[in-house]
Amino acid sequence: MEFFKRTPNIDFIGKRHYTYVLTAILLAASILLLAVRGLNFGIDFTGGVVVEVSYPGVADHDKARAALAAAGFEDAQVQSFGSSRDLMVRVLPPEGEDVNQVGARIQEALRADEPQVVVRRTELVGPQVGRDLTEQGGLALLFTFLGILAYVAFRFEKKMATGTVLAAIHDPILILGFFAATQMTFDLSVLAAILAVIGYSINDSVVIFDRVREVLLGTRKNISTKDMLNLAVNQTLSRTVMTSFSTLFVVVALYVFGGETLKGFSAAIIVGVIVGTYSSIFIAAALAYDFKLKPQDLIAAKKSDPELDALP
Amino acid sequence: MGSEGEQRILGVLQANQIPYNTSYFEDDRLVVRFTSVDDQIRARDAISDAAPGEYIVALTSASRSPRWLRVIGLKPMALGLDLRGGVHFMYEVDMAAAIEQTLQRLAQDVRTQLRKERIQYQAVTVRGESVEVLLRPGASVDAARRVIQGDDPTIILTESQIDGATQLVATLSPERIKQRQDLAIEQNVTTLRNRIDELGVSEPIVARQGLDRIVVQLPGVQDPNQAIRVLGATATVEFRLVDEANNPYEAQQTKRVPVGSKLYMTREGAPVLLKREIIASGDQLTDAISGWSEGRPAVHVTLDSRAGQAMLKTTTENLGRRMAVVYKETKRLEEGERCNGIRSGNQCTVEEVISVATIQGVFSNRFQITGLMASEANELALLLRAGSLATPIFLVEQRTVGPTLGQDNIKAGMMALAIGAVLTFAFLAVYYRTFGMVANVVLICNVILLVALMSLLQAALTLPGIAGIVLTIGMAADANILIYERMREELRNGNSPHAAIQAGFDKAFSAIADANITTLIAGIALFAFGTGPIKGFAVTLVLGIFTSLFTAIMCSRVFIDAIWGRRRHLKTLPV
Repeated sequence: MEFFKRTPNIDFIGKRHYTYVLTAILLAASILLLAVRGLNFGIDFTGGVVVEVSYPGVADHDKARAALAAAGFEDAQVQSFGSSRDLMVRVLPPEGEDVNQVGARIQEALRADEPQVVVRRTELVGPQVGRDLTEQGGLALLFTFLGILAYVAFRFEKKMATGTVLAAIHDPILILGFFAATQMTFDLSVLAAILAVIGYSINDSVVIFDRVREVLLGTRKNISTKDMLNLAVNQTLSRTVMTSFSTLFVVVALYVFGGETLKGFSAAIIVGVIVGTYSSIFIAAALAYDFKLKPQDLIAAKKSDPELDALP
Repeated sequence: MGSEGEQRILGVLQANQIPYNTSYFEDDRLVVRFTSVDDQIRARDAISDAAPGEYIVALTSASRSPRWLRVIGLKPMALGLDLRGGVHFMYEVDMAAAIEQTLQRLAQDVRTQLRKERIQYQAVTVRGESVEVLLRPGASVDAARRVIQGDDPTIILTESQIDGATQLVATLSPERIKQRQDLAIEQNVTTLRNRIDELGVSEPIVARQGLDRIVVQLPGVQDPNQAIRVLGATATVEFRLVDEANNPYEAQQTKRVPVGSKLYMTREGAPVLLKREIIASGDQLTDAISGWSEGRPAVHVTLDSRAGQAMLKTTTENLGRRMAVVYKETKRLEEGERCNGIRSGNQCTVEEVISVATIQGVFSNRFQITGLMASEANELALLLRAGSLATPIFLVEQRTVGPTLGQDNIKAGMMALAIGAVLTFAFLAVYYRTFGMVANVVLICNVILLVALMSLLQAALTLPGIAGIVLTIGMAADANILIYERMREELRNGNSPHAAIQAGFDKAFSAIADANITTLIAGIALFAFGTGPIKGFAVTLVLGIFTSLFTAIMCSRVFIDAIWGRRRHLKTLPV
């Protein structure tokens, strides 16, 4: 079976203005959502208490809320978690009170309301630890970006590198916009997913630019930048799409079967793969073109690259 | 825990109709094995209902791997807490208090020494991170310098004049501060480890994290509150003289203790009478190390100068008599919990004599305790260190996962893995035909290699870790896809099948390498800055990349070359 029986000939570079507009709209929408609605940060970042409980019968949200309010937790978030018998209770860190005490009191309140309730999981994070984890997360993000920037700059000519990195920045913004829109819990595992997606999305761009280099070396005649880029993207199109499919298969399986705690993680990867593929195909090469990439730039780079010389 | 206890426990289980497989003793703990987690939980509930507070029950999983595998030294995969159930605590050490403690002790020492040398001073105060000594006019500054500096290179002295009087400011050097911080952490880690032994948890983890945090992981523990209380007990030691004049056994029998003494029990269970006066206590102990003295095992003890003086006086007056060390531990009790020692309110204090030794010479603040075996010396040193005033710690993070959730997580993870794998295999087989099947075999090799590597390294598998394996399957397919798409393209361009195979592998290589390196960078960043389950994900991601690269490039090539590369007349490639 083959979806792409012949190398397609889509004019990606020519049509880039349409994709720019679309991208601009999506980016603006994401940033707006982030500013207006904000992310629903998990307790990994804010500190606080999360208690996951399971009831013998169907869980009654309102009763649970009432019991918590009676114990002094009027602001407790109560939501379904997985099945109809499970509830997740979340309380932000109270000023000055010890999170451990808070956790114990919440469990007491719920047990007083329904003695048969089973506590499946508790997480108590002190506010300082929340701040530290946020900082660590930020550092991980920074480190990843810098590492990838350095690598791509070293491996590719700088206009291609810039195009790649800009496309890579655009992906996390859209994922964050998605989380702001859906208000799914944004915790450490989602951040981990975003980092994995950044690495993965650069994959696609790298493959395309690798092909650009090869196209240039292979053609005898003077080829225009536009044709060179178009050719590269078209030639790698089948591989890019197929890879995304194969990854999507597994991640959708994760989302559906992997349990409630992985839902945020898998959603982030699903959105990331779709957006990443889109950005690699439509944005990365187009940006390189608009940065006035010329074949001469690549030939200059070629002179100092022994690996290219090794290719037949 | 003896056979009597065993009968009782088994009786409770039988009365509640809870089936169990076997029961046996390990050290002084009773181990009972069940087939399912449900039985395990029911048993725990039954025992705590029948005998509340009397036993400490820890739930754990025992390996079912065949004996011959274990004998070779192979271990099953390590599971993270979110798959096993258990508790995770993070303590923060109050470093500021540690430094403050050191400064106060220094100030006290300085006061004592200055008085002894008859150097007049107006005030010795602790301010900020230093000790300020204001001398009286006319006092010998050089003598004061010598006294304060002693032979300690880690104290930095500066001099200044205030209203005609000299002021010496002593600050701790950065090395000293770091030493103190390291000691604070080490003390607490030792103390926590001791207490965890008391909980009977198998495979606990106690480790330093960062500059001032300690991580404690107790798999199988279900009641975090009990664990917190046990871990949060405060301990101290006391040095006292043995009351040689009276008979401890008599006091024990008649229950009448002579005035001025107190009855204690040693760890072996023998009674001993000690005088009430405390010569030195834990907060004056600066160090205790086990080592050798004249060829025999010994514990080298160092006290601060005030305790040193008390010790000097005592040893001078009591040569030949015995001195004992008492280990005291205080912890908070819950409703209905029994106290094995002295109860006061909701605090339970347990006191034990851990060492009785004869004073063989006159000493002050440095001495050795001998007459022990090497293992006893180690243990005594450990206990002394645990009992010296440890820096206070606070619980700043706590995560508990119940055992049922652990099981559910495993099921969910495995299901996602299975379905994701099946989907990928189907896709590859359908889209790339026979070569797709080769890719499937290679993918299976990849996962096996990944799991083997993780088991070998004993890297803990967490739920995000399983997600990482699932992701690895998807991304590993990528490398094969790159190669096959390349082959298809070569065929489309009219190249011969053999050339297509060659070209597919060669040309795809640089793209595969480049692409995986970027994900590797992200994985390393996650590993460096991540904690807990995220670290598990980073580990599978990074290891998965290596195994994918290896299997995709080497194994695919070997397979395809072996099967098709040899055929002379290859018309077309089944890709």
